[in-house]
Amino acid sequence: MSSEEQVIAGDSQTPTAAVTITGITKRFGDVVAVDNIDLEIADGEFFAMLGPSGCGKTTTLRMIAGLDFPTEGSLKIFGDEVGTLPPNKRPVNTVFQNYALFPHLNVIDNVAFGLRMQGISRTTARAQAAELIELVQLTGLETRKPSQMSGGQQQRVALARALVNHPKVLLLDEPLGALDLKLRQEMQGELKKLQKELGISFVFVTHDQEEALTMSDRIAVMDEGKLLQVATPEEIYEHPANRFVADFIGQTNLLDGTVENNDTVCLANGARVSAASSFAAGEKVAVSLRPERARIQKRGAASDGAAVDGVVESMTYLGNARVYNIKLDWMDLEVREENRPGATLHAPGAEVTISWDATAVSVVAD
Amino acid sequence: MSSAVAPRGWTKFGLHLNGWLVYLFFYAPIILLVVFSFSASRNVGTWGGWTFEWYGEFADSQNARNALSASLKIAIVSTAVSVVLGTMAALSLERFTFRGKQVFDGLLYLPIIIPDVTMAVMMLLFFAEFFDVLDFLFGIETRKGFNSIVASHIAFSISFVSVVVRARLAGMDTKLEEAALDLYATRWKAFRYVTFPQIMPGIAGGALLAMTLSLDDVVITQFVAGPGWTTLPVYVFGLIRRGVTPLINAISVVMLVGSMTLVVLSIVVERARGGSRSE
Amino acid sequence: MTVAEAPVDREVDALEATPEFEAAAERQESRRGFLMALPAYAYLVLFFAVPLVIVVVYSFATRNRFGGTDLSGWNLDSYAKLGEPIVRDILFRSVWLALITTVICLVIAYPFAYFLATRSPAIRNVMLVFVMIPFWTNFLVRNYAWRVILGNDGPLTRTTEAIGLGEQELLFSQTAVVLGLVYGFLPFMILPLYAAIERIDHGLLEASRDLYANGYQSFRRVLLPLSMPGVIAGSILVFVPSLGAYVTPEILGGAKTTLLGSYIVTQFLTARNWPLGASLSFVLMAIMLVTTIIYFRKGGRTL
Repeated sequence: MSSEEQVIAGDSQTPTAAVTITGITKRFGDVVAVDNIDLEIADGEFFAMLGPSGCGKTTTLRMIAGLDFPTEGSLKIFGDEVGTLPPNKRPVNTVFQNYALFPHLNVIDNVAFGLRMQGISRTTARAQAAELIELVQLTGLETRKPSQMSGGQQQRVALARALVNHPKVLLLDEPLGALDLKLRQEMQGELKKLQKELGISFVFVTHDQEEALTMSDRIAVMDEGKLLQVATPEEIYEHPANRFVADFIGQTNLLDGTVENNDTVCLANGARVSAASSFAAGEKVAVSLRPERARIQKRGAASDGAAVDGVVESMTYLGNARVYNIKLDWMDLEVREENRPGATLHAPGAEVTISWDATAVSVVAD
Repeated sequence: MSSAVAPRGWTKFGLHLNGWLVYLFFYAPIILLVVFSFSASRNVGTWGGWTFEWYGEFADSQNARNALSASLKIAIVSTAVSVVLGTMAALSLERFTFRGKQVFDGLLYLPIIIPDVTMAVMMLLFFAEFFDVLDFLFGIETRKGFNSIVASHIAFSISFVSVVVRARLAGMDTKLEEAALDLYATRWKAFRYVTFPQIMPGIAGGALLAMTLSLDDVVITQFVAGPGWTTLPVYVFGLIRRGVTPLINAISVVMLVGSMTLVVLSIVVERARGGSRSE
Repeated sequence: MTVAEAPVDREVDALEATPEFEAAAERQESRRGFLMALPAYAYLVLFFAVPLVIVVVYSFATRNRFGGTDLSGWNLDSYAKLGEPIVRDILFRSVWLALITTVICLVIAYPFAYFLATRSPAIRNVMLVFVMIPFWTNFLVRNYAWRVILGNDGPLTRTTEAIGLGEQELLFSQTAVVLGLVYGFLPFMILPLYAAIERIDHGLLEASRDLYANGYQSFRRVLLPLSMPGVIAGSILVFVPSLGAYVTPEILGGAKTTLLGSYIVTQFLTARNWPLGASLSFVLMAIMLVTTIIYFRKGGRTL
């Protein structure tokens, strides 16, 4: 960089994060909804907060929005502390789960609402609203009332209403939950496109892990108020941080055992199998084997890598794949095989060997 | 309802018959009353030919006109105050928590269930003592009259208004208020532009209720009225006890028309509001 | 709504969150709520709670020789008077009439409410409006209408004469009073019943038919129990005002049918025995409170 560029770039090496959460805790009486979490959301990121009901993800989102105050901790938006500011003083906007459109206002007045509240004249506000309405492809429906629109249309109105205010961060609370499957998939693509176009951070909350995996740049997995792992979808899927994450994301088989060394784990039944890990010897772990990573072969066939023996209990035909339920001595395994022509079919009752590559599994702490 | 389960035969006939009879029961006396108010006979229940004589008598009667204007004034003032107090009470109960909320809730409920005779007695005794206290403390001499009537009407109307408004508030999506705040509204603006439009039908309904209760009231008003101040129902009630005359018929029909107009008006307003409205 | 405005000056930068801040915000919110409730609260304390206390106080006072009230020297005289035959008769008669009125209303209103609840929504709305209109019209007038109809030479007696049932002098009798009370309070029975029946999932009645019940059994074992909250609510809404009725007995009843309401009023206007009137009013209110509490204890919903 020339000295000129260095001056222009300023003294900070890293760009300020859009949202910085430090030590945030939220207590409702005796219940700890959010337990001391630290999180950084980068500018321009499509960020998901994922977890089961009651894990604290929605509470966290509400605290970013300002709808709840944290009990403890610091919350910054682009470096400015906002933890104790009310929602109408924060440069963020929310798309609510059931859209919360004002039933007594028509579409254009709904969208223009935020602008009007900031003192912008009615004509200007409506003009800006019209632009956003075009962006979400709802031109022509400006004078409709929310009750006269479909769920998908209402959602776009909610989006437009939030975005017209040029928020620095957009928050979405289970935005696609109320839509049917096809519409949901359509909207997933549209939201992604929109976010890229606008360039601002989208923070959304969902309990649907497939949705999180598809749409986000990074995912934060939460359970019982605690932050379990924050990483890219790939990282979370391939290298889950712990048992819960491994189990929650996608399907997996968890084989309990103890670490023998960096390449081997001793399973509960005594079998020693290859599984790469960096845990100390003797640590109690689980081997997370995704159904699609497991190979199924007739018993006795030469196998490379780790292997366990079992019996086929059932086979489910999914069209694009087959899922085998395998009974091992001490647990059941699920194996997924793509429906390729020429693949061997294993009938219920058949004796089989399940194997996998050492690097195709991840080892997680209990 | 599926036809397999719907009543058939005699039950069905009985239900329909009962329905029609109830409506007949409700409206026949009213219709008869209207008809007889135009009857020229001195004898109240008999038909003696067509006339407007009794309405003329009503229009001429100074007492009746005074009573009518008093009723209206009292109704308007008490409704206005009750609506404000009642709405605030409803808001406080539905959107806030505070110490003593349960007690307030209970207290608010009492005027609804109390029989009007008891309330009349309460207010009578209260004003008897109250005026004594005022006289004793400030030397102010007051008598029962407009103020005591209005004060009593407000006392029972607040609760009714708050019940109606509370129902509207409870049925409202609270996320709407959060959305308004998220969109840069202050608490007051959120109320004015989001909450208030939503509860407006409730407030209007409460106002109508308060007005009707005030215009209808007999016992309580009778007990707290003073010289020179009587409302139309109390006036009519007095007339009836002295003996039924055709004049009473006429006044009754006027009161009837009045209250029906109020009802129809509220229904019309409700329908109009239901239509499209922007900011 | 848990949102509170920060108890922080707008110009000052926001602070980091602490439990103290959260508690302060909640306190401020609580204060707001209290202030919002205060006007109505204060008004009702002054113009309702205090009068109520005064009534209780007066009920322990004595009636002096000239008909005034002597507040010194508390006693239970007026309550003792409640046991006297005259008063007891009046009480029993009032309760009896109120009960009859309630039962009659129930019998008429239940089929009507069921009929109403099973019409199509459009018809239902129209029907409801026509039920509500008499309900909203002046109570006094509606009683007076019956006075006209039931009077000598009135339409009723003319009609019965015409069809050969002979002269009917119903006015100034208990029957007239019950008639007037039923007329006045029937909507109070119809509306809660309608609301309760309308809430019932009619799939349940279909299920009972599927399980071999006939019409009557479906009614007795499914419809009636499920609509019970409505029955109780309606009954209270009719029983309580009927018990304390004043206008109806005055207009339609006669000297023979003195009821509680009239008797109380007499204590204040003519007999000038305020303590007795106070104690009677209090008894009336106590009966009412007890009934309502029982209703809510049984899990009744807000009326």
